[in-house]
Amino acid sequence: MQRIGVFVCWCGSNIAATVDVQQVADELAKEPGVVYSTNYQYMCSQSGQQMIQEAIKEHHLTGIVICSCSPRMHEATFRKTAAAAGLNSYMVEIANIREQCSWIHKNKEEATEKAIILGRAAIAKVHLNAPLTAGESPVVKRALVIGGGIAGIQTALDIADAGFEVDIVEKKPTIGGKMAQIDKTFPTLDCAACILTPKMVDVAQNEKIHIYSYSEVESVKGFVGNFTATIKKKARYVKEDVCTGCGLCTEKCPMKKVPNEFNQMLDNRTAIYIPFAQAVPKVATIDPNACMMLKNGKCGVCSKVCTAGAIDYTQKDEYIEQQYGAIVVATGFNTIKLDNFDEFAYSQSPDVVTSLEFERLMNAAGPTGGTLLRPSDHTHPHTLVFVQCVGSRDISGCGKPYCSKICCMYTAKHAMLCREKYPDTEVYVFYIDVRTPGKNFDEFYRRAVEEYGVHYIKGMVGKVAPKDGKLMVQASDLLANDQLLIEADMVVLATAIEPDESARSIATMLTASMDTNDFFTEAHPKLRPVESPTAGIFLSGVCQGPKDIPETVSQASAAAAKVIGLLVKDKLTCNPCVAESNELMCNGCSACEKVCPYGAITYSDKEFRTPYRTTIMRRVASVNPAVCQGCGACTVACPSGAMDLKGFSTRQIMAEVDAICK
Amino acid sequence: MQVEETKEFKPTIVAFCCNWCSYAGADLSGTNRLNYPANVKIIRVPCSCRVNPMFILRAFQRGADGVILCGCHPGDCHYTTGNYYARRRMTLLFSMLDFLGIEKERTRVEWVSAAEGAKFAATMNDFVATITKLGENRRLEDIRCKKQ
Ligand SMILES: Cc1cc2nc3c(=O)[nH]c(=O)nc-3n(C[C@H](O)[C@H](O)[C@H](O)COP(=O)(O)OP(=O)(O)OC[C@H]3O[C@@H](n4cnc5c(N)ncnc54)[C@H](O)[C@@H]3O)c2cc1C
Ligand code: SF4
Ligand code: SF4
Ligand code: FES
Repeated sequence: MQRIGVFVCWCGSNIAATVDVQQVADELAKEPGVVYSTNYQYMCSQSGQQMIQEAIKEHHLTGIVICSCSPRMHEATFRKTAAAAGLNSYMVEIANIREQCSWIHKNKEEATEKAIILGRAAIAKVHLNAPLTAGESPVVKRALVIGGGIAGIQTALDIADAGFEVDIVEKKPTIGGKMAQIDKTFPTLDCAACILTPKMVDVAQNEKIHIYSYSEVESVKGFVGNFTATIKKKARYVKEDVCTGCGLCTEKCPMKKVPNEFNQMLDNRTAIYIPFAQAVPKVATIDPNACMMLKNGKCGVCSKVCTAGAIDYTQKDEYIEQQYGAIVVATGFNTIKLDNFDEFAYSQSPDVVTSLEFERLMNAAGPTGGTLLRPSDHTHPHTLVFVQCVGSRDISGCGKPYCSKICCMYTAKHAMLCREKYPDTEVYVFYIDVRTPGKNFDEFYRRAVEEYGVHYIKGMVGKVAPKDGKLMVQASDLLANDQLLIEADMVVLATAIEPDESARSIATMLTASMDTNDFFTEAHPKLRPVESPTAGIFLSGVCQGPKDIPETVSQASAAAAKVIGLLVKDKLTCNPCVAESNELMCNGCSACEKVCPYGAITYSDKEFRTPYRTTIMRRVASVNPAVCQGCGACTVACPSGAMDLKGFSTRQIMAEVDAICK
Repeated sequence: MQVEETKEFKPTIVAFCCNWCSYAGADLSGTNRLNYPANVKIIRVPCSCRVNPMFILRAFQRGADGVILCGCHPGDCHYTTGNYYARRRMTLLFSMLDFLGIEKERTRVEWVSAAEGAKFAATMNDFVATITKLGENRRLEDIRCKKQ
């Protein structure tokens, strides 16, 4: 029989004003097993805690019930109190008589009666509590960053700075992400390459960072502190450690008509290619879909011209297994496909471009060497129309319901750069709203209007029709209540952004949750914004939601700080309220394994004695306490009643039910 | 303690609330001082999927007049999928209870987030009103364990 102590808290007048605390303590003293019952003004205060500790020692208490505020508030406090007095911290139960009693009821008699019943339920439960000890699991001091955009780069640099090993897995041949494609960046208009490429070099030179470029994460097993990832290094048919990045092969390759994805398909590259001059790693890659040698064994020019001897047409995909303590998702975004937006004639005219294509057209390293030319006839455009919110804030189902957040600002940037470089142009921007919250953002937008004379028109573009080499833009001006027809040379669509297409499969692999738009969900939208609800998984950059570069970088550093906080620990203490199967009752049916969202349950054959002095082998379930998160799904699925959850056992909950219904 | 003789029927109601959303939602309705009747007693479970149909039968057997299960909104379960399991299990259980002649209004599953203090209170008020109208649960109650 347990020796139970009951401690009823007044919480000043928060509880005592509506609950007769003396009566509660007196009534609960009559419950079986209760050897001590008292009430006090503030149980959580230093003196309150001391009182509890003294009572534990003096009355040799084996379990305590605190009738106080919500366990979400002070369960941890009272567990520590008990532990300090030598009582196992899981021998503590809390009856929530503040949030769920005194604060919601006005009638003192009713509230007191309810407090007594809640106290009885807690006593009934603590009778069945058993001491639990939190297990420990080691932490592998290495982090994995999935995605090598500015988010992944910043996170990796910060983690490496703290002295931990980091691996970046990037699916493209180079790190850099979208920022490498951008020309100048708002709100300061400094060139993206000038601020990004030094960081890429830092990554390449950092001894603690290893880049797996042209690679993907195949599978992830394990749990916080101890993940095992399999990384697939796709065959690039070039020996990475031998290639010097001289680029001779790319000059000599005869296959010159492969659409260049880095330039948003606005020009062509060769079958063997280096995406851009500052690529990291600066290593050539052969596109197996374009290379004649790989397709039908005819050619082999690159291997002949390569003085370093780096070409290897027989290279195979390589699989690497590596252990990590923490994983950061930094998979970024893409602009959406415009198939649902025929009205803008994107597929009909090459002069209708997306904003990212426009970045390439303005970029000195882009297909036109930085001179703004119409893709159709390479002439200089005079009238440009920018359309904002293409596919964003769209609840019709064609686009995305959310605001892509960055488009108002980069459109202002585009318009401004256009007017600055080419004062002879007329620039129109059609918008639903201009949203510029951010440091120096509104000033930036006002400069576009006031200094650069960009025509901002509130209204929608209804249709873009190509006609005689021009683009006829039909639009409405909502403020002037007018219909407009603009003869434009180019139309730029501020296209909505969406998470990378691999996001969902990555989320499934990591058991991380995502929202209906496939953005990764944070553990708490306000208080834990860079952690995923799954322990050990962190979020960095646009994969979590639309962001500009300053925000991406702050989030990336925040994620790194969280990772460092995890990796400095040698051991993690696990939640001891985990499932456990009773091997004598388990029939090995697998029902529990199928419902466990964390893959915590495994099977093994064990020998059991029979009543006839023989032994038999039986398959039984066992739970890995370091993986189990304690949801309890398996306990209900088990048909034999073999699976139970420590701390919330079937008997404990039944006892609570009984106490409440009595 | 003396429980006063009242003519008015006060149903006994058990509410299972998952720790991460609904229990926090219940706390929030307390923090915001939103009233609901004292006959609702909450049992904290880690997740709605911890609730065994047996617990609900036990509650009715022991004299509960209504049982409500609250969890996170679909898609928001702390353990990703727990509330989907709970929803499926309860659908089965409730249809069996219906078959046995237990009014289906006596059982309910509700999704209440940690931010929905007002929804929690409103749900409880509504549930208590429904059960009060239905009257005492006699069909499943085990009269042997009734204290006279
Ligand atoms: C047209 C345009 C103009 C912009 N202009 C500005 C500006 O002026 N100023 C500003 O502040 N912001 C600007 N932005 C926003 C800026 O581009 C983003 O904030 C920034 O690039 C986000 O970085 P990221 O690392 O999160 O994502 P990304 O840059 O998308 O990087 C993600 C990386 O992860 C890789 N990856 C994806 N999935 C996987 C996978 N499964 N495995 C391995 N690797 C993977 C991708 O290949 C990519 O390299 C602009 C955006 C656009 C579209
Ligand atoms: S309690 Fe949940 S996490 Fe633990 S083994 Fe059971 S189903 Fe898996
Ligand atoms: S569900 Fe129960 S009986 Fe079946 S394998 Fe799991 S623990 Fe064993
Ligand atoms: S944690 Fe709330 S329903 Fe699963």
